[in-house]
Amino acid sequence: MTINDFFDLERWLSPEERQIRDAVRQFVEAEVRPHAGRWWQEGRFPSELIGPLGELGVFGPTLPEEYGGAGVSGVAYGLMMQELERGDSGLRSFASVQSGLSMYAIYRYGSERQKAEYLPRMARGEVIGCFGLTEPDAGSDPGAMRTVAHKVAGGYRLHGAKRWITNGNLAQVAVIWAKDDEGVVRGFLVPTNAPGFSAREIHTKASMRMSVTSELYLDQVEVGEEAVLPGAHGLSAPLSCLTQARFGIAFGTVGAALDCLEEALEYAKTRIAFGRPIAATQLVQERVVDMLSRVVAMQLRALQLGRLYDQGALHYPQVSLAKRDNARAALEVARMARELLGGNGISVDYAAMRHLANLETVDTYEGTYEIHTLIVGRALTGENAF
Amino acid sequence: MKQVPDTATLIRLQPGAKQIETQGIKWVINPYDEFALEEGLRLKERWGGEVVLVALGPARVEEAIRQGLAMGADRAVHVLTNDAVELDVWLVAQALARVCREEGYDLILTGKQAVDDDQAQVGPLVAVALGLPQVTVVVQLAIDAESRRLRAERELEGAIEVVEAPLPAVVTAQRGLNEPRYPTLPNIMKAKRKEVRTVAWESLGLEAAPLVRIESLSLPPARPAAKILTGDPEEAARELARLLREEAHVI
Ligand SMILES: Cc1cc2nc3c(=O)[nH]c(=O)nc-3n(C[C@H](O)[C@H](O)[C@H](O)COP(=O)(O)OP(=O)(O)OC[C@H]3O[C@@H](n4cnc5c(N)ncnc54)[C@H](O)[C@@H]3O)c2cc1C
Repeated sequence: MTINDFFDLERWLSPEERQIRDAVRQFVEAEVRPHAGRWWQEGRFPSELIGPLGELGVFGPTLPEEYGGAGVSGVAYGLMMQELERGDSGLRSFASVQSGLSMYAIYRYGSERQKAEYLPRMARGEVIGCFGLTEPDAGSDPGAMRTVAHKVAGGYRLHGAKRWITNGNLAQVAVIWAKDDEGVVRGFLVPTNAPGFSAREIHTKASMRMSVTSELYLDQVEVGEEAVLPGAHGLSAPLSCLTQARFGIAFGTVGAALDCLEEALEYAKTRIAFGRPIAATQLVQERVVDMLSRVVAMQLRALQLGRLYDQGALHYPQVSLAKRDNARAALEVARMARELLGGNGISVDYAAMRHLANLETVDTYEGTYEIHTLIVGRALTGENAF
Repeated sequence: MKQVPDTATLIRLQPGAKQIETQGIKWVINPYDEFALEEGLRLKERWGGEVVLVALGPARVEEAIRQGLAMGADRAVHVLTNDAVELDVWLVAQALARVCREEGYDLILTGKQAVDDDQAQVGPLVAVALGLPQVTVVVQLAIDAESRRLRAERELEGAIEVVEAPLPAVVTAQRGLNEPRYPTLPNIMKAKRKEVRTVAWESLGLEAAPLVRIESLSLPPARPAAKILTGDPEEAARELARLLREEAHVI
């Protein structure tokens, strides 16, 4: 019965799942945690960690070995995301976009040649991907996208803009979603050095400051037939990638919440007010128990989601409910931790405020709280209320 | 390689107080053994060969073995004990030496001590059992495969001793020897398929009784409350100096 695992879920993990989780935790403890506050404040993504993270195996770990993956279970993948996000949501975002969005899009919808060309190098972190779906005027409603792919001899000409694209300025390849001449959404693997392609980093973020977020401009970018993802026809293709990444978020948010809970509990035990540790007051005890209660609910949701994933029995409304509720619960836990730390709580010398600010993004991206409410609502009532 | 309680574990005693309560303990590889394993892996990367992990203990030790295999050891031998066998360092060393003899060796690496019972005897006793030279508390190790000799730096109080010895030998690892690697995910998955040979303790035919028996275990007395000096700084400083001299005997 530990604070990290109050309901002893550890017993239901396989030895590999435990080892994989511990290996990532060890890495994050040593390489990320000591610097996280400073990197966040400086608005810097630690790109020097990309190689080591690739070696550790966090990119595309569920893919088969022939594509550079390790064929691990969905639970193991989730636990890796949890441990990365314990460090910082931005670090987990990097891995989510690389694995859950970009590599998965290529694995699921790409040709054999595209898979062989990209996946092993992406698994090693030698090639970074980004996933361009959202646009300045199409976020929750990606079907309203304006980026077009006009058929030309030997390929396509892409034109449009994408916004809020994680890893945009780090990527060598962008998975770009655009409408073809028939208005069908298609996916394209666009090299970011293609003529007409440019990326501009968004520097005004007060959230996810350790993650690179960009605007992408596609000004008549010409790509060959070999850039088209042959398996992707229609909006369901990018949405299926989002389901993968949302799955990772359901676990990742547990990591951020655990970090907040641990920090708050430690603080409560050592901070003296009115001559005793604040942990000895009833109000503070209620607060830490409320935090723990949310964390346990999050852990139970995530683990069951993982088990369903591994049995091929997962339905997307389940992922939506878990993403929605875990992101929101993590936000609440971070907020309580921030409050419990008093003035220190607003400083990046502690983790709570950084997690709190990051989680505002997590609550919004990969489908906002409202959008997941509508997805689950539709599944419950049979009525489309979008 | 020994599996020990994580050093952050809160130790409780079993009733009868001859053993610690093992329920709810988080087990890890003895940190000094991680240095030994890492050194073995580096030597293999440099010179080729095979790294065989040898561990002794109950079934739970399997997890530490898998961890070691995930760091890169090629295969493992697990001497499986049960609660009925009463062990001491001498018996453990006999058993490990027997496995080493069966497996063959150029170099035997152990941690300088286990962080649970702190006896620091198993490595040296294995050397004795096998009639090998031993070099303990090593912070740097160089092997010359051609001349089959090793050169090692040993950490002494305030000094470094440099020694040479012929191979095969037993070397016990001290912190500072290297920085153990993380088990990577592909290696964790590969470790599942690596061979772990289980040797039942009974099959070793070590009938002898242990030379050393634990009579009792007790927890250290609770630390007395700290003394806090208040008041005039000058007086407090004088009082502190007096206490350090007369009570703590440190100045
Ligand atoms: C840091 C960061 C990184 C990101 N990374 C990526 C990335 O890598 N790739 C990518 O493609 N996108 C990315 N996004 C974009 C993200 O997915 C979108 O911001 C998100 O989908 C919301 O879209 P929007 O910002 O356009 O908000 P809008 O869609 O304009 O929504 C505004 C508000 O209206 C609400 N709303 C909208 N429709 C309804 C409705 N029918 N009923 C009720 N409420 C409604 C929303 O819930 C929200 O509260 C990222 C965003 C951020 C902040």
